[in-house]
Amino acid sequence: MKTIIKYVLLDLLKNKTILVYTVILAALAVSVLNMDNNNSKGLLSLLNITLLFVPIISILFSTIYFFNSVEFTELLLAQPIKRKTMLLAEYTGVAFALSIAYIAGVGIPVSIFCSGLAAFTLLVSGLFLTLIFSALALLIFVLFKDKTKGIGAAIITALFFTLLFDGLLLSFIYSFSDYPIDKPLLGLISLNPVDLGRILVLLQLDVAVMMGYSGALFKKFLGSATGSIYTIACMLFWIIIPLVISVRVFKKKDL
Amino acid sequence: MIAIEHLTKSYGKFKALDDISLSFERGQAISLLGPNGSGKTTLIKSILGLVIPEKGTIKINGSEIKTHWEYRSQIGYMPQIGRYPDNMTIGQVINMLKEIRKDCKQYDEELIVSLGISNFLNKTMRSLSGGTRQKVSACLAFLFSPDIFILDEPTAGLDPLSSEVFKDKITKERANGKLILITSHVLSDLEGITSHMVYLQDSKLMFYKTVEELKLSTGEEKLNKVIATIMLKELPKTIHN
Repeated sequence: MKTIIKYVLLDLLKNKTILVYTVILAALAVSVLNMDNNNSKGLLSLLNITLLFVPIISILFSTIYFFNSVEFTELLLAQPIKRKTMLLAEYTGVAFALSIAYIAGVGIPVSIFCSGLAAFTLLVSGLFLTLIFSALALLIFVLFKDKTKGIGAAIITALFFTLLFDGLLLSFIYSFSDYPIDKPLLGLISLNPVDLGRILVLLQLDVAVMMGYSGALFKKFLGSATGSIYTIACMLFWIIIPLVISVRVFKKKDL
Repeated sequence: MIAIEHLTKSYGKFKALDDISLSFERGQAISLLGPNGSGKTTLIKSILGLVIPEKGTIKINGSEIKTHWEYRSQIGYMPQIGRYPDNMTIGQVINMLKEIRKDCKQYDEELIVSLGISNFLNKTMRSLSGGTRQKVSACLAFLFSPDIFILDEPTAGLDPLSSEVFKDKITKERANGKLILITSHVLSDLEGITSHMVYLQDSKLMFYKTVEELKLSTGEEKLNKVIATIMLKELPKTIHN
């Protein structure tokens, strides 16, 4: 397993898309953090950038990478390697490469220009999103045989979680506004990793209340500490569950 | 060495393999022939465990392959299309496989030298031509001196010189008592290499005979003539069926 991870990483760290992704993240981070003396505002803008870019890039890049390496995967599976090992090694390689890109692009500027728990949680949430959306990409890869359909599914998944979900949530709140829906709402928010990432950071910033309904709810019901633990647990599930399903499906897949 | 019994596989409504039973022994070189889409690659992939059969069993050296994966250490596989990670060099790919196959200490690097791959070890996979990639696939299949070789269209992209080098290597391995399975549409390339012929059509096994038998029954000497004669005789029958 280690061998495969090592060589996937060797291949990916020379990949131009990963380099461009790192540079763009770094450029955005530096410019946003320098725009205002108020660190908290800079972090908020950076949070929004992370929430928008990281899911889409992670899922698209990973899906394309998995589909492009189908033939190589086949060749390796003709060696005495378990399917599970192969799949998880490939996932680890890709997720690790994207995480390095995020740490280099956002982590370094953030650690230079600001400090504190909020900055740290921003990095944690970005890393979680990277891991979650590459796990979803893996799931898409094992479920679809055709590359084009797979990429389509990846785009839809990313758009669903970054844009559509909040719209649906709003319409849910609007239509049930006469009822006490605060608690069901908490449950619903756990269904969207992007929202979880947002909440994780917002709980550490004072602007939580200003940043919309979900942030305020979490702060009110859970408080900072329990809220953070809850969101982190949910995000872990968002990594583990797609991976477990992927391994199960892949065991029976015809290549 | 390989025993296949009642192997059946379908993709949706399409039957890719229909009740195939075959058995292959050491020292044989078997050509898998048949028109496109007749199930050759599916058969090969089932043996490799890449395709999971619906019905039937495949045994290698007496043990069923179903859930085991260790048996693949005895197989050298050369795929039809070799695609490798873009930014890896040839040397890295070879080293990667060597590191994966820690169980194997002795490497058969004859082809790496004789096909001239040793001169390009630092080239990235992206920059290689189709033929060179095929040479890399060939080197990898022979690297761990397995007992069984499965070669899917091995000579399709090779230049005449490399093709000869490659065929010599196959003949040599067969003389060492290895089992060789080849699919190819280039019948002239199989001349002199193969001992047996398996003919698949419409996912069914049409025949499995030695080359001598076929030559006798058709009265032809050249392989392409032999196969052409058979196809002319057999085809009309299958159409009426």
